[in-house]
Amino acid sequence: MWPLVPYTRASQDGEVTAPLVIDREGVDALIGELINRGYEVVGPTVRGQTILYDTITSTGDLPVGIRDRQEAGTYRLEKRDDDALFGYVVGPQSWKQFLTPPGTVFWKGLRTEDGFETVAPEEPPKYAFFGARPCDVAAMKIQDDVYLPIEDGLYTSRRKRSFTVAVNCTEPASTCFCASMGTGPDVNEGYDIALTEVLSGGQHYFLAEAGSDEGTDVLAALAARDARDEEVVKARRLVVHAADQMGRKLETDGLKDLLYANLENPYWAEIGERCLSCTNCTMVCPTCFCSTVEDRQALDGSSAERVRTWDSCFTLDFSYIHGGAVRSSAGARYRQWLTHKLASWQDQFDSIGCVGCGRCIAWCPVGIDITKEVAAIRERDIRLVSVGTPIVKEAASE
Amino acid sequence: MTLPTLAVHKFASCDGCQLSLLDLEDELLAVAGVIQIANFMEASREVLPPPYDVTLVEGSITTAHDAERIKQIREETPVLITIGACATAGGIQALRNWKDVDDFSRYVYAHPEYLDTLQTSTPVADHVSVDFELRGCPVSKYQLLEVLVAFLQGRRPNIPTYSVCVECKLKGNACVMVSQGIPCLGPVTQAGCDALCPTYDRGCFGCFGPMETPNTAALADQWKVMGASDRELVDAFRNFNAWSEPFRKESDRREASIEIGGVR
Repeated sequence: MWPLVPYTRASQDGEVTAPLVIDREGVDALIGELINRGYEVVGPTVRGQTILYDTITSTGDLPVGIRDRQEAGTYRLEKRDDDALFGYVVGPQSWKQFLTPPGTVFWKGLRTEDGFETVAPEEPPKYAFFGARPCDVAAMKIQDDVYLPIEDGLYTSRRKRSFTVAVNCTEPASTCFCASMGTGPDVNEGYDIALTEVLSGGQHYFLAEAGSDEGTDVLAALAARDARDEEVVKARRLVVHAADQMGRKLETDGLKDLLYANLENPYWAEIGERCLSCTNCTMVCPTCFCSTVEDRQALDGSSAERVRTWDSCFTLDFSYIHGGAVRSSAGARYRQWLTHKLASWQDQFDSIGCVGCGRCIAWCPVGIDITKEVAAIRERDIRLVSVGTPIVKEAASE
Repeated sequence: MTLPTLAVHKFASCDGCQLSLLDLEDELLAVAGVIQIANFMEASREVLPPPYDVTLVEGSITTAHDAERIKQIREETPVLITIGACATAGGIQALRNWKDVDDFSRYVYAHPEYLDTLQTSTPVADHVSVDFELRGCPVSKYQLLEVLVAFLQGRRPNIPTYSVCVECKLKGNACVMVSQGIPCLGPVTQAGCDALCPTYDRGCFGCFGPMETPNTAALADQWKVMGASDRELVDAFRNFNAWSEPFRKESDRREASIEIGGVR
């Protein structure tokens, strides 16, 4: 899969840079350098019983020595027996929390004597996304395909000025399946700096690689040394090992045709009996982008603002047109979500809308598992119902 | 300029919802500047004669007299908005609907013969047509304000009917069920409280009643996986919104399984 030789990566700007090595102090220096450059550094940090993304100023803010245990419908933090800075994967939030924050003001109007004047929205901070996992870097790329072509101002104003420090995965969760989706466990594109944490045999270092000119500049400002060959090999080996450890798999072969052919599969209704339509899967999904626009007015009509907030295809309002909601059953809504994410997304954006982060599996309160449901549809593929069963007979006689 | 007139009426309830209107401390003067409070006994003794442009009704219908009075109120207003769990679902007092009210009366009152009450506590919409139902125990003062603003501006109020889960996510809360194993009614409960309890690491109590498409059976099954008993499920669903159809049916179903199981 990956060569176990110390290869060097070509950055997206074409320049080839050799991997560097930094220690924890170097990671602190990296955070400091980003802050000096005017970035608001946001990264993983423990909040209550979970790892959320928030502003960080040093490695002390990271969940040092913490691991997350994830299963369908379960997420728990545990102590590790080491001081890993990145010994966990992803929590309920993704970077869309910052790129398309819920409740963003499009524009605001103030009533004047002869009409109204508009107030420009506030300039968003310049974000550095620190500790972005390869699946999440891929998710940002997918959201780029959604927002950039339509020049969505709220998104581009945040995205174009952002800086990404990716962290390759060495210990996937049981809910992870990025290897199936081709988005991880190592990052391929869309990052400024990629780190790989190595913690073994008393050693604790980070392989640091630039993925852009700015990334190269930032690394140059650190007291980093060139990586030795064996250090690179060790880091690469951990990432390869992670790919073998993936807890879950999603077969993508013929996925689009499978789902398009199974729109009438009665199995969707079975899922609908378990699905709560609570929207959790879509809210935690790093690529789900559906939103709604709301107008809010002051009581006396002196001001009004237009606000964009997150919406979900699992709500009734989402498909409400005159006369009612198009997708009234939970099964129909689950089918819509899954078929869009995995099939029609391919027609719409030329990629699959799932990056295999496993959030929808862990954060579903009743533990509905997208990988299992796709496998179940595959098993019950209505194209494969054997000849002689009533379904096929009826279809043939029509 | 004549301002639109507002009436606020109370039935069987604790007054908490109409108090929400007075609790709009920062906005109260602005409210008074755009709407004339014409009949609101809790705020003013001055009562202007009907009709009223908009009427808020708090409380459930529990007496024969109330059942008549609500018809009169309906005739006095083109826009009748019910506020709170009592008015929209029968309230906590709807627990009587499962019992014999005469038994209660005998236990509680020395002279039950002075009482004149119905056997049931029912929502206002069971008696007259209602233009909008604002949920909550109590209602959110911000949602109440939104309903009034929408009425004044002649548009549909932005009151979402999706689950509390959406509010948790918009707020950045991690799910308490998933991350802490706390049973929560949020997935079947309508948003509106700004996810108050989960924000403080508590499960949702269902104060805002059933969300638009509540899958109470699947959530109850998950509660059982998490260790809850059928008895606890009955108690969870029989709360402020006990008589709302989805919660009522689920609690009845779980009660039936207690009886089958023989463990009470």
